[in-house]
Amino acid sequence: MHPVLKLVVQRVALGLLLLLAVSAVIFLGVEALPGDTAQAILGQQATPEALANLREQMGLDQPALTRYFNWLAGVLHGDLGTALTNKADIAKSIGQRLGNTLFLAGCAAAISVPLAIFLGIIAARYAGRWPDKVISGVTLTTISLPEFVAAYFVIFLLTQVVPIFQPVAMVFPGMSFWAKLHAVALPVIVLVLVVLAHMMRMTRAAILNVMQSAYIETAELKGLSPMKVVWRHAFPNAIAPVVSVVMLNLAYLVVGVVVVEVVFGYNALGQYLVDHVTKRDVPVVQAVGLIFAAVYIFLNMAADIIAIVANPRLRHPK
Amino acid sequence: MKMPLSAIIGLVLTGGFLFVAIFAHWIAPFAIDDNSGGQWEGMSALHWLGTDTIGRDIFSRLLYGAQITIFVALASSVLAFSLGAFLGFFAAVRGGWVDQALSRMVDLVMAIPSLIVALVMLSVLPLNLTVLILVMGFLDSTRVFRLSRAVAMDITVMDYVEAAKLRGEKQSWIIFREILPNALSPLVAEFGLRFIFAVLFISTLSFLGLGIQPPLTDWGGMVKENKDGLIYGKAAAMMPALAIAALAISVNLVADWVLSRTSSLKGGRGG
Repeated sequence: MHPVLKLVVQRVALGLLLLLAVSAVIFLGVEALPGDTAQAILGQQATPEALANLREQMGLDQPALTRYFNWLAGVLHGDLGTALTNKADIAKSIGQRLGNTLFLAGCAAAISVPLAIFLGIIAARYAGRWPDKVISGVTLTTISLPEFVAAYFVIFLLTQVVPIFQPVAMVFPGMSFWAKLHAVALPVIVLVLVVLAHMMRMTRAAILNVMQSAYIETAELKGLSPMKVVWRHAFPNAIAPVVSVVMLNLAYLVVGVVVVEVVFGYNALGQYLVDHVTKRDVPVVQAVGLIFAAVYIFLNMAADIIAIVANPRLRHPK
Repeated sequence: MKMPLSAIIGLVLTGGFLFVAIFAHWIAPFAIDDNSGGQWEGMSALHWLGTDTIGRDIFSRLLYGAQITIFVALASSVLAFSLGAFLGFFAAVRGGWVDQALSRMVDLVMAIPSLIVALVMLSVLPLNLTVLILVMGFLDSTRVFRLSRAVAMDITVMDYVEAAKLRGEKQSWIIFREILPNALSPLVAEFGLRFIFAVLFISTLSFLGLGIQPPLTDWGGMVKENKDGLIYGKAAAMMPALAIAALAISVNLVADWVLSRTSSLKGGRGG
């Protein structure tokens, strides 16, 4: 077996194992915490009989491990159970919202990744001079803002100071693609701001790291233009760290999306999660939590795999 | 070594925030839930930063909010550091299966974004200050564990630790008297960063309605209360947002300076 393939298979297996462990943590961890689902539904005044009835009805009288395996089997068959609060099918509710979340995150990624790499290259090319200082200064400021603060700065600026957008992002089925795109413009700008800084700084650091190699000096002594040195000689060797940073930031986007959806009242998975945490609807929280965790683990795994594949020493073993 | 201007600005601002947080009760002109003004009044001599959605003085609430925000963030970072650093050192000293078990558990918790873990935990736990501090401290301790284990790993192989072991010192001596003093400088620098993270985290939770509950208030909660005003062009929600940004940036400036100092002391990246 080719060594790269072997490493990739190992990573995928490890990722699946991790996902299984995470599902156990999400399910059994919640069980271990003090708190009684039946009590939460019926309230403090519930009679012991009513509590016992409800527990039996929900299967809560069975041991936690049995319920975990039942739940896991359900998840693997696409059955996420029903919500406590409105008895709706969770898988169906998630299905309606997942697309909206992916659309938002996808738009943000499509803008932020090329922009971050471009700015990173510019900053590395002019390291220590004014373009670098301006880019680094601005990104250092945005990096220390939580998503919702960044969001309200953007809202205030783009709806009050310069009124070109609406402060809420409504999408509904049947909207045309362009109408949707216009509706999500503000949340996308916020998400781009939040992930751009970190991605750009790491790109800059990765390129500067490569720039210290001897072959870069050779390239410079050959008389190549600085931009050509960065683009042709430094960047290809910085691809592996850059790609893994990009992936890690896309994983970070998963969290940012939750907050940004709430800010803009965007009807998608993050909003759904936060709503049901407030309502203490544990099955929904577990299911959505598992989905977010799975996306996060998948992106981290992809980062690992791309780093392996991008390494020429591993691709062409001696 | 001369202190850079950015570090001075950061120190002064951070000190200012700490000062108003401690003395909020004496400085604040109004009580926390004194709705003495009209809804969303502008800035005036009476209400310096205007009033909020039900006519409470924003300046006073900002001060009380500073108290809660900084207290919760500080308490959870201290908890995270006590727990994370102790377990990290312990894992490095003991090695073997103890190290393996602790490290894999930390890997597992870190494999899920902290906000998601926090949301899952808060869906079952009661919402109060103690629970929030415990949850945030626990989640953050995994990050501290990674760092302190890595730092302690380098120290445990030093000759003086070997000498202490041969002298027959107990494990607690080795952890607290040999490793801790030598691991302190990177941990102190990290503390600043973890503190900012905690400020942002508690603000985000409160903003989502899952953090500090009324009648107490914090900056994230204040943004949430006043966010509807933005649609009508009322800037009330911007004040706490600005406060969060200012605190985060000023602590960042200090942490950056401490970080560059400690790494140059060690003959590291230079300065």
